[in-house]
Amino acid sequence: MSTTGLSPAPVPTAGPVIDTVPVVSRKVAIIFGVLTLGMVLILLLAPQDGETTFRLAASTDFVALPELTVPSMAGAWTLTAVCALLTAESVRRYVARRSTPMWVLAAFAVAWMAGFLTWAAAGESVPVVGLLAGSIALAVPLVFGALGGVLGERAGVVNIAIDGQLLFGAFAAALVGSLTGSPWVGLLAAMVAGALVALVLGLFAITYFVDQVIVGVVLNVLVIGLTSFLFSQVLATNTPALNTPPRFPRVPIPVLGDIPLIGPVFFRQTAIVYLLYIVVALVAFALYRTRWGLRVRAVGEHPLAADTVGIKVNRTRYRTILLAGAIAGMGGAFYTLVSVPQFNREMTGGAGYIALAAVIFGKWDPIRATLAALLFGFATNLQGVLAVLGSPVPSQFMLMLPYVITIFAVAGLVGRSRPPAADGVPYRKE
Amino acid sequence: MKLVLRNITKRFGSLVANDSISLEVSPGEVHCLLGENGAGKSTLMNVLYGLYQADEGEIVLDDQVQHFTGPGDAMAAGIGMVHQHFMLIPVFTVAENVMLGNESTGVAGTLDVAAARERVNEISERFGFHVDPDALVEELPVGVQQRVEIIKALSRDAQVLVFDEPTAVLTPQETDELMQIMRQLKEAGKAIVFITHKLREVREVADKITVIRLGKVVGEAKPTATNAELASLMVGRPVELVVHKDEPQLGDDALVVQDLRVRDALGRVHLDGITFTIRAGEVLCVAGVQGNGQTELTEAILGLQEHVEGSVTLDGKQLVGRSVRQVLDAGVGFVPEDRQEDGLVGGFSIAENLMLNRSFRSPFVRRGSLRRDALEEFAEQKLKEYDVRAPDIHTHADKLSGGNQQKVVVARELSRDLRLLVAAQPTRGVDVGSIEFIHKQVIATRDRGIPVLVVSTELDEVVALADRIMVLYRGQVIGIVPGDTPRETLGLMMTGERPKDMIA
Repeated sequence: MSTTGLSPAPVPTAGPVIDTVPVVSRKVAIIFGVLTLGMVLILLLAPQDGETTFRLAASTDFVALPELTVPSMAGAWTLTAVCALLTAESVRRYVARRSTPMWVLAAFAVAWMAGFLTWAAAGESVPVVGLLAGSIALAVPLVFGALGGVLGERAGVVNIAIDGQLLFGAFAAALVGSLTGSPWVGLLAAMVAGALVALVLGLFAITYFVDQVIVGVVLNVLVIGLTSFLFSQVLATNTPALNTPPRFPRVPIPVLGDIPLIGPVFFRQTAIVYLLYIVVALVAFALYRTRWGLRVRAVGEHPLAADTVGIKVNRTRYRTILLAGAIAGMGGAFYTLVSVPQFNREMTGGAGYIALAAVIFGKWDPIRATLAALLFGFATNLQGVLAVLGSPVPSQFMLMLPYVITIFAVAGLVGRSRPPAADGVPYRKE
Repeated sequence: MKLVLRNITKRFGSLVANDSISLEVSPGEVHCLLGENGAGKSTLMNVLYGLYQADEGEIVLDDQVQHFTGPGDAMAAGIGMVHQHFMLIPVFTVAENVMLGNESTGVAGTLDVAAARERVNEISERFGFHVDPDALVEELPVGVQQRVEIIKALSRDAQVLVFDEPTAVLTPQETDELMQIMRQLKEAGKAIVFITHKLREVREVADKITVIRLGKVVGEAKPTATNAELASLMVGRPVELVVHKDEPQLGDDALVVQDLRVRDALGRVHLDGITFTIRAGEVLCVAGVQGNGQTELTEAILGLQEHVEGSVTLDGKQLVGRSVRQVLDAGVGFVPEDRQEDGLVGGFSIAENLMLNRSFRSPFVRRGSLRRDALEEFAEQKLKEYDVRAPDIHTHADKLSGGNQQKVVVARELSRDLRLLVAAQPTRGVDVGSIEFIHKQVIATRDRGIPVLVVSTELDEVVALADRIMVLYRGQVIGIVPGDTPRETLGLMMTGERPKDMIA
């Protein structure tokens, strides 16, 4: 972000800036401890026999990585020990009034996850590539949705209607894709549909000052009702013509796709996923490095100040949320043009709300929100993979996993995050 | 560039905020617009700046009639404004704030931050501002933030600069520096409009003075006019600028504050171990620039702050750790600094507001139900006694002017059996007539033998009321000095400099 790398401001006439005692959260250390302890309990109470195999290569790899086989219990205990060490490091830093750095967090997450998998998949083999590639696939709509959310909120409009934009996008993509036979036209239709939902949101939230949260929720319900009705009355009666959209084919990228592990995960995807990479980079760049982005952020932080320097606040907000809606709509297209080549009622399953959580977890920053969405995607896919492997954990618990991670992430780990100052506040001129 | 306003009229519903106001400002001239809060000065300037559209009249710049539809037009025409509430985005850097709306860009709309930084450096060098273009605005002291506002206007080649109540948030030293900057700008040939209600500043820099009252121009004056002349023009009748008070009749130590520490939820220290005593029948004024712990001090006494350590005793009874209601029952009267936010319920009538601190038991409540007759009788009496100008006691509080609202608050707080009065910014945004009245009430309270704690950022008010003055800076007591301490000393103390004789 723009704040890093600044030298502290020289303060010639010292004003009312009061000394701050650095507040170091002990949340991280506590969560680490609880998770490590949980792991120990699992290992003690439900020991597993056998060996765990991690398959690091996809069948079509150019250079095949070897399989990694470890004795389950020994491996799990080793990784638990690593977790314990990292917990100790976090505690040490808390005592020294320093915060836990990102690398410790990441290392802990990887170690814990690997330890858990080693235990849960004892006697089985874990398809690592499939697990990660599947996570990306599940995260795509979430990332698009989260980007739409970040953009809207940065401009000062709370976008609760992400779910509606995803769903309407999915519907439009299925319908138009089926009619035209082109996934690209379907994608375009999804963007228009998402923008349309955003337009309604803008009309009420920006022009008529209606509470943005309420409008957003109502819009989500409206889109569910509308698409369900159209599905049962129109699509379902003529499925071959109206609800059999063409799919985006999987397009491996020549060289990148051949890199072991990374290639099959990131670069043997569909066009829409590649488009996602571009959109993430573009949004992040535009928001921080262009005139457009500066104005969008200004309008979301202090609209009156923006107005006094000649920026049209409401016009900027409209444009931004229309763009945000279009981006979220692309996420919707992923459901019907990639995942399942057919629209079903309520097929997003509340993904828009998870995307909203990713916005907050990502502190209103496009890159972080993307990472957060990827994490949620991983959690969802992990549940699926473990269910297939036949893990000892009841499947109901596994189904809860993505949501539990969402709550933990939003409530605890991020620490204090500051939303744009004018987020959700309509701008009225006297 | 010569600015002429001709017969500007602006109405809000039935209220005429500006009634045919005319004004002329020439290059190289500081023109003061003097008037009370609510006289229509800010409205006029918002019309000039394109935030409001005038109902009648015209704005002329160098003989060209202008039609501003928004601030963008006004800026393009060469008008720059330094707003009372800074129009800066706290989380942006100085350079980003300066370039916003006027960005120089490279390929594909990328920001040219280097150019903006250059511009900031160039202007701050020319006027000796010392502003770091890469500093985050929220981390700068207010005085420096104000310079950023000035740089913002200058970076757009403004020829007419409007300063809207610029000294309200400044220390006396910062105010002096601002006056110096205004003189520099004047010499650089800018036309300057300086809006204020502070007489001293007017006489210091103004070349011409126009006085506005109730939306109308009521007169012009020379900078040589006396304070009394200017004040009576502003108010429309002779005013007493000095509060008459006798020597205090001091009693025993009443309020004893020891080693009071207040932190906020984020752990930031707002009061760092302060100790002071107020005796019965004494007014202690807390001076300091806003945000140095004054709010936290009054709220800690009242029990509104969460993380309080140390001791506050009133007549020997500990107040720290008590609920607000227990503190009120101990006889503490509290005039909060923001009457609209904390002092009144806007949608309640005057009568209802008068009983807010006595919503339990007698005299206004019996067995859980309101005693309307007792309340109305009480309200009628207070309306007269405190000279609240309102149609009747059923008028909603938010329909009253600032001065009358404040009188309702003061009436409510003083009509109880008090052991201590805490008054935070008792006359902020209040007309001169009401200031006089409220000051008299404060002194009368003191003379009844009640200890009074007044918090004010207006040095005039501090000097007028105080028997002793305590200066707060960054949550610490810089010193407690006698009421007749010279302003210069107080000003220095407000910037954190400790005087030699610490405690009076």
